[in-house]
Amino acid sequence: MYTQGLDSLGADCLHQATDAVTLEQRFQSKVDEDERIEPKDWMPDAYRQTLIRQISQHAHSEIVGMLPEGNWITRAPSLRRKAVLIAKVQDEGGHGMYLYSAAETLGISRDELLEQLLAGTAKYSSIFNYPTPTWADVGAIGWLVDGAAIMNQIPICRCSYGPYARAMVRICKEESFHQRQGFEIMMTLARGTPEQHRMAQDALNRWWWPSIMMFGPNDATSKHTAQSMRWKIKRFSNDELRQKFIDITVPQAEFLGLKVPDPDLRWDEATQHYIHGPIDWKEFEEVLKGNGPCNRERLETRRRAHDDGRWVREAALAHAEKQRARETQAA
Amino acid sequence: MSQQRKQWPLYEVFIRARSGLEHKHVGSIHAVDARQAVEHARDLYTRRQEGVSIWVVRSSDITASDPGDAEALFEPAKDKIYRHPTFYSIPDEVKNL
Repeated sequence: MYTQGLDSLGADCLHQATDAVTLEQRFQSKVDEDERIEPKDWMPDAYRQTLIRQISQHAHSEIVGMLPEGNWITRAPSLRRKAVLIAKVQDEGGHGMYLYSAAETLGISRDELLEQLLAGTAKYSSIFNYPTPTWADVGAIGWLVDGAAIMNQIPICRCSYGPYARAMVRICKEESFHQRQGFEIMMTLARGTPEQHRMAQDALNRWWWPSIMMFGPNDATSKHTAQSMRWKIKRFSNDELRQKFIDITVPQAEFLGLKVPDPDLRWDEATQHYIHGPIDWKEFEEVLKGNGPCNRERLETRRRAHDDGRWVREAALAHAEKQRARETQAA
Repeated sequence: MSQQRKQWPLYEVFIRARSGLEHKHVGSIHAVDARQAVEHARDLYTRRQEGVSIWVVRSSDITASDPGDAEALFEPAKDKIYRHPTFYSIPDEVKNL
């Protein structure tokens, strides 16, 4: 996105006399005034690195996120559900592409980004390291995981970095269908036979806490929050977004007749918020470190897909080069 | 890793939302050639009927102005407010002007 191949013009004479301090001040005041930063604008290196890290993690999450749901495409319970699930998984792939493009505007190549994922040096959202043993998991993912993702992503539509913000606008538009189809699956199951209802409850039991953890560590322990807020990459803290998510999701669970698996959860009249029980951050850390139920399987699947597709990528390129050579000869 | 892999080149994608509107930049895509770029752009950027026409152009073929020159290029227009209709005061009783 946004023509990163254009570094030939003027990069060498970058603001001859202006020193780094002035550039940084000018940058920050632009951000403070809610102006957007575009790819060729001057930006502090730490801002660039933070964005590359965050956008690529986000992109990897979309790509790996195709796997838990892809698991159910061949076994979706009806043609309608199958068509919907294929469309959703295709969207996730598309979101990954938008985000890789946005990351590439910061001067990192698509190949480098993919290598970081496949080598295991780049992170992706730990939620995708949980398994999807039942059809209800597809419903729970749409409802809760995509719900949490939307909550996280809407503020990024106003992120200070233009290409990331624009990619996010596109993604948020598409994400809403994901959440609604998930809720519809949960609703169908919750209102179905007692066994189907149990299946929905079981999925909620397994996905609730991992979804809550998607918002990241508590504000007190989140090391990037303050700087990211100053740069307007982030607009709300982890805990603020988590609270918002819980406040809107608990009534939805009640509507479904399902029980949120948190014995300490209660409505607080004074603050007009739900108060939730303690989060097991040890589990979060473990999954993040690579010890979740599916970490190894997810990466292996990605690597295999990448390796199996290599000959296609190379053949397509070779064919295009041959065509070009033929055209020049004919001319 | 020994493979001296070549990346698929990058194309910028422009889409006309419906006839009567101009093509608008929507993002970019990697493809081996222009024809494949159009095919991939169709899959990536028009899954919900966002367009009726696609243009692609190699990113490296675009020449852009330098943000560092923005002042020199665009500031001179700032004080030429007489180029705008509101610069001229016309009595209220004059209609259709």
